[in-house]
Amino acid sequence: MKMTVDATVDNLNKVLAFIDEQLEANNCPMRVMLEIDVAAEEIFVNVASYAYTSGVGSVAIEVNFEDHPKAVAIRFIDSGIPYNPLEKEDPDVTLPAEKRGIGGLGVFMVKKSMDEVAYEYKDGKNHLTIRKFFDRKHLPFMTSEKEKKTC
Amino acid sequence: MLNIVKSGEGEKLVCALEGRLDTTTAPQLEAELKGALDDVKDLVLDFEKLEYISSAGLRVLLATQKVMNQQGTMVLKNVSDVINEIFEVTGFTDILTIE
Repeated sequence: MKMTVDATVDNLNKVLAFIDEQLEANNCPMRVMLEIDVAAEEIFVNVASYAYTSGVGSVAIEVNFEDHPKAVAIRFIDSGIPYNPLEKEDPDVTLPAEKRGIGGLGVFMVKKSMDEVAYEYKDGKNHLTIRKFFDRKHLPFMTSEKEKKTC
Repeated sequence: MLNIVKSGEGEKLVCALEGRLDTTTAPQLEAELKGALDDVKDLVLDFEKLEYISSAGLRVLLATQKVMNQQGTMVLKNVSDVINEIFEVTGFTDILTIE
């Protein structure tokens, strides 16, 4: 399923509703849905805030499901300035409050909560894809939550 | 949708958050707290009915924690597992006081 909307923060709820509707129809567990919503919000708001330097551009969102094991892949495509958010340096999450800045957290949360995040620039467009398994036990490269956190 | 229910008196302020703390609602909490923290030494944020938090919400929490570090304490109560997980991956469990 695919939807295309103007890249404006006002459309955030519409985008999340579109994604959630399909996750629900595919019996996505509640906690996984929340993690996907957080990741989708960060990505969409980034595109809405920075991709288009003049005027309003658009974003296409594609949602695809996989079986055995059950997973979802969501792709965000925009025609804005080429930008790979995955190259952004991770914030130092060990610093005390006084030394913590407010930048970089969103992308970091996406990287930490999704099982796969991939960026590609092709045909003049940014393609950012997130992939998430419904069940943790199917994770290919990490067997427990503890291991995931120390990666 | 975010609903903020404030209670307490004098130096104590309790804010119970209901709904979602995201890009669209975080400015609402920021504005609500901005005018309410003067003279507050004991701030409690009740997350019992908070369903969701994004980085926009985390930014407001960080800014508020910095203010409260100067003038008193800030405590989060009734944090759900999912939201706690978000605090863990972002290192916020070390910054915030979660009861």
